[in-house]
Amino acid sequence: MGALQNLFVNLALLFRESMASIGFSQLGIEATMDLVAGIGVLGVISLSALALIYVERKVAGFIQVRLGPNRVGPKGMCQTVADALKLVGKEDIIPDRVDKLPFMIAPILFFVPAVLAYAIIPFGENMIPIDMNIGIFYFIAVCSLSTIPLIMAGWSSNNKYSLLGAMRSLAQSLSYEIPLVFSILGVVMITGSLQMSDIVAAQSDMWFIVTQPIAFLIYLIAGAAETNRPPFDLPEGESELVAGYMTEYSGMRWALFFLAEYAHLFIVSAIATTLFLGGWHGPILPSYIWFLIKTGFMIFVLMWVRWTFPRIRIDQLLNLGWKFLLPISLLNILITGVVLYFI
Amino acid sequence: MKEVANQGIRTQEIEVNFGPHHPSTHGVFRMVLTLDGENVHKVNPHIGYLHRGIEKLAEKRTYAQCVPFTDRLDYICSMTNNLAYVQTVEQLLDLEVPTRAEYIRVIVSELQRIINHCIFWATFGNDLGSQTALMYGFRDREMILDVFEELTGSRMTYSYMRVGGIAKDISDEQLKEIERIVDYIMDEALPEYHNLITGNEIFQARTKDIGILKPETAIDYGVTGPNLRASGVEYDVRKDQPYGIYDQFDFDVPTRDKGDTYSRYIVRLEEIEQSCSIIKQALNNIPEGKVQVKRVPKRPPDGSVYSSIESPKGELGFYLVSDGSKRPYRFRVRPPTFIHLMALEEMMIGEKVADAIVILGSIDIVLGEVDR
Repeated sequence: MGALQNLFVNLALLFRESMASIGFSQLGIEATMDLVAGIGVLGVISLSALALIYVERKVAGFIQVRLGPNRVGPKGMCQTVADALKLVGKEDIIPDRVDKLPFMIAPILFFVPAVLAYAIIPFGENMIPIDMNIGIFYFIAVCSLSTIPLIMAGWSSNNKYSLLGAMRSLAQSLSYEIPLVFSILGVVMITGSLQMSDIVAAQSDMWFIVTQPIAFLIYLIAGAAETNRPPFDLPEGESELVAGYMTEYSGMRWALFFLAEYAHLFIVSAIATTLFLGGWHGPILPSYIWFLIKTGFMIFVLMWVRWTFPRIRIDQLLNLGWKFLLPISLLNILITGVVLYFI
Repeated sequence: MKEVANQGIRTQEIEVNFGPHHPSTHGVFRMVLTLDGENVHKVNPHIGYLHRGIEKLAEKRTYAQCVPFTDRLDYICSMTNNLAYVQTVEQLLDLEVPTRAEYIRVIVSELQRIINHCIFWATFGNDLGSQTALMYGFRDREMILDVFEELTGSRMTYSYMRVGGIAKDISDEQLKEIERIVDYIMDEALPEYHNLITGNEIFQARTKDIGILKPETAIDYGVTGPNLRASGVEYDVRKDQPYGIYDQFDFDVPTRDKGDTYSRYIVRLEEIEQSCSIIKQALNNIPEGKVQVKRVPKRPPDGSVYSSIESPKGELGFYLVSDGSKRPYRFRVRPPTFIHLMALEEMMIGEKVADAIVILGSIDIVLGEVDR
């Protein structure tokens, strides 16, 4: 059990020792380990995106009294691979009058913040790629970067639908940033530190969902809104704007948007797990297994909500964000502060 | 593009085209909206993408041969279209239909109403973003379609009614199956619909007080059916000008008086309940007998007749002019949804873009009937 608990940590140590024995300098070892962490993160993103797309389609199928993909591979598990291969083989259509540079860069730029945010997620005990002392603050900063590529995509597409979608997504992202930050603030106040490993360590006795239930709910709603998931998927409102800001994209560029969306989904669930569900704490099983279980549960909850509810309209969305979530998150901070003062 | 002064900020109106190819326009329908930001200023519907010249084609066919044309009008309500036409010809010929055929017509028409409202619920939910509603509604419709397939041989364009009766008799097992389906819809499907969508807060926020149609405006435009009843006017052709044997059935006419999309939605769900009750009464009282008149005259006398029924969409009427030959001289359809589209602009001005789709969904149009 002990070996399994520290599997990845021991592998990393082994790697370091082997590099030291070859004759790398300390700087060289650190740089290589960071590179390995980066590659590992990209690997996790690809695998999780592959798995998540399949899971989403299956979950949707079962909620809708149908089967979902079940032909390609055993129980349909190779469906995502088949789709990815198809998308890679598609013609790269760039419509005539688009603004070429933003159009081509937007999907890549949308993918980048999602990858950046993986740097501070504690996948298990001692398994954070970079344990910054401003961990959660870094996440918030990176999260708000993802709105600009959406605007680039919507504007450069030279299409009214896309522009409408981009404007909506901008309004939505801005409105839900603040409740998101304030809900995280409650957790930070209790922990007294922005570092992710400290936040997880502070939950060894009691998970923060117990002490901060309101913050958890606000985080969940704001997180879903940030990642443009239904019921907040107005920017890509399928029945209204065809595909919103993604209308003019096809083939691999569209696939990148899609991948980025699932990467964001994973991040939001992972942060929810870390901040509110006790991170990687758990009996018997290794820490990273617990992390995966809890994150998987959060992802399932978000998917469940997606396939049950209808879509909210843009002005109702903004009302919800500014007039409801913001005051409640402020109230939460007030109560947390008062309680902390007296304990 | 007009420049619109908006409290000192100069904005421009844009024209957005909800083109014929669109996931939510219920067929090939084109709507050109003039928007100021998210608000709708003008609505310009373009129709005609599904025009097939049915009224002209019918002038070259005999009265019996016109029945398949009527299937393809409102293609999800073939039974009631058939009924409206066949009833008009029978009135022209002064023909009396056997009682068993009348009962079967009632059962089948009410089942058709249930199918139509299930599809309405499914596509309305889909317009709002709940794809789950789409799947559930279509699943329940499948059961009734199985019965129709066994009865008529097809799932969509049945051509089941004939001048003077119906095409084929219905067996007792099929009647038992219909009773089982009606019980399922009343006890399991409808409560599920209400649980999933009706009580949902997001749904209510998106449909209440949206797209209000005042009763006077509705009457002025000639709106009929559930849209009219949702605005408070209690007019149902089955009660006010009963046709067939509808005067022997005991049922309510659901009405709301707000005239918003939520009322239109609820009125249709309540109509499903009433249809189930009518079917049960018919199943209890159906007599034995023939289902078709022996000899149907081929040439009706000179004259013209207008006769209408309460189709699931509204008042569907046929105006037939006969010149004594075996082909109709004039075959005119009163399409309820074509008339409802006139009232679209009234309902949409001032609402948001997202509401435009919801309002269009709530008046339940089918392009086959609009364009003919």
